[in-house]
Amino acid sequence: MIGLNHYLVLGSVLFALSVLGIFLNRKNLIVLLMAIELMLLAVNINFIAFSHFLNDTAGQIFVFFILTVAAAESAIGLAILVVLFRVRRSINVDDLDSLKG
Amino acid sequence: MILSMPDLLSAAPEMLVLVMACVVLMFEAYAVRGQADTAAAVARPRVAGYVLTLATLLAAAGLTAFTASGVTATAFSGMFVDDALADLLKLMTYFAGIAAAIYSRQYLADRALMRGEYFALLLFAVLGMMVMISASHLLTLYLGLELLSLALYAMVALRRDDAVAVEAAMKYFVLGALASGLLLYGMSMLYGLTGTLELGKMAAILAGGVDEPVVLAFGLVFVVAGLGFKLGAAPFHMWVPDIYHGAPTAVTLFIGSAPKLAAFAFVIRLLADGLQPAHGDWQQMLAVMAVLSLAVGNLAAIMQTNIKRMLAYSTIAHMGFLLLGVMTGEVNGYSAALFYVVTYVIMSLGAFGLILHLARAGFEADALDDYKGLNRRAPWLAALMAILMLSMAGLPPFVGFYAKLTVLQALVGAGWIWLAVVAVLFSLVGAYYYLRVVKRLYFDTPHSLEPVTATPGDARMLLSVNGLAVLALGLLPQPLLSLCLQAMRLTYG
Repeated sequence: MIGLNHYLVLGSVLFALSVLGIFLNRKNLIVLLMAIELMLLAVNINFIAFSHFLNDTAGQIFVFFILTVAAAESAIGLAILVVLFRVRRSINVDDLDSLKG
Repeated sequence: MILSMPDLLSAAPEMLVLVMACVVLMFEAYAVRGQADTAAAVARPRVAGYVLTLATLLAAAGLTAFTASGVTATAFSGMFVDDALADLLKLMTYFAGIAAAIYSRQYLADRALMRGEYFALLLFAVLGMMVMISASHLLTLYLGLELLSLALYAMVALRRDDAVAVEAAMKYFVLGALASGLLLYGMSMLYGLTGTLELGKMAAILAGGVDEPVVLAFGLVFVVAGLGFKLGAAPFHMWVPDIYHGAPTAVTLFIGSAPKLAAFAFVIRLLADGLQPAHGDWQQMLAVMAVLSLAVGNLAAIMQTNIKRMLAYSTIAHMGFLLLGVMTGEVNGYSAALFYVVTYVIMSLGAFGLILHLARAGFEADALDDYKGLNRRAPWLAALMAILMLSMAGLPPFVGFYAKLTVLQALVGAGWIWLAVVAVLFSLVGAYYYLRVVKRLYFDTPHSLEPVTATPGDARMLLSVNGLAVLALGLLPQPLLSLCLQAMRLTYG
């Protein structure tokens, strides 16, 4: 029988993977955007699992909003990425070094 | 659930701002159709958005002031709350938005950015802040925060041909999204533990004791880390200097002012409304963050040569002070933090407004050396800058002194004497870099003696009022102090 704990472990593994993806990835900004998406999906798994096991629909409604906001967020992220590529001709994370202090 | 009229009435300012933000956006989209797409047409300032924004914010201020009653009213099935704290913070947010628009006008016009986009985004950001300020449910908190953040990411990237600004926008986006993720993960834990998303109910359930204190601590760590990111408190501060430095100064001015009010509201709503019973757990985390912020902010600011970067580190230090007030977990501490953030926003508006005022087409006025001998070129501007810097340093008789004093009093009152001592020591270190700016203004020789060229009268006048307000509030702090205390007592008394 699959219980709440299994879902929570899955959520935390996905979350940890996405955080690692953000910090370890030094190559490509698109992979970074994917890691951010993965992070929100990990949170969604948590919310849905809790919502199911608590018999409370509020958590599932929260997930709809997270999905919508995630879509808007990636639209803005990709827009910034396109502008960045136009001025820098690169989407390499290591090239983002003109601001250091 | 039936939407009744009183529900809509308490959210009337939000609806007004929402409608007008859409109007500004549509106006921009349709008014320019049919115009030649030449460089001259692009560079021509379009003032409709500016005028509409000012009118909207003034009307919203009127609405909020008119409906302010001091009575706490909840609406939309407990998702939205209209109380004394919300009214005070919203009025300050409108004021900061108006000041940001007036200060930025010339700067934007010089850089071909004086178009509807900036003002539509500004209105959406203000709307996001209003939602955050009035939130009493995790969902409204999250949606307000995202509305604010998404508008700010786009604003930073507004100068599309400027590689530094776009890089800053990318960094802001990635770290902001990471912070939202951490915050959401913590929220999901709190939801799983208490079974509710409403902050009031969450507090009631937590007060009854929980079976799983480990889960509570786990959720709290993520929530507090997310809050730290959004506030820009150490050790989650690394985005602040880059974004303040890279963004166009008009956007830096906006990011450095009004969102701090919303971030304060966010911290108070989440920690004091929803998690007050877990006070003992989050108090220590906030104390660590506050001390680290004071250390990092004040020490790193000394080494900066760019005034925007220096002010960014000073923001980190100021956020440390704000956290010290919140950390006490008492109404006195909350109202001290409220007073602190309100006065900080006034000082920050003035300081960035002055940078904007000195900037010209092709000249950003953001190096500390650009301020050498300003007294000989423009004595009044130099005096205003000196007032703002001394106030930020916390010297009497300016308002920054009383802001620090009330936080310290609240700390000592709550028995945190060693923290108060640490805060005073770091403030002394901080005074050094503020005084260094004042020294440049008055005792260094300028690169050129050419007088500062005339700028729009309204921005100059507002700047004078802003600088003098810092002095006047320092001489007579009592009305604002009692206003803050009263708002907090009405809300949490």
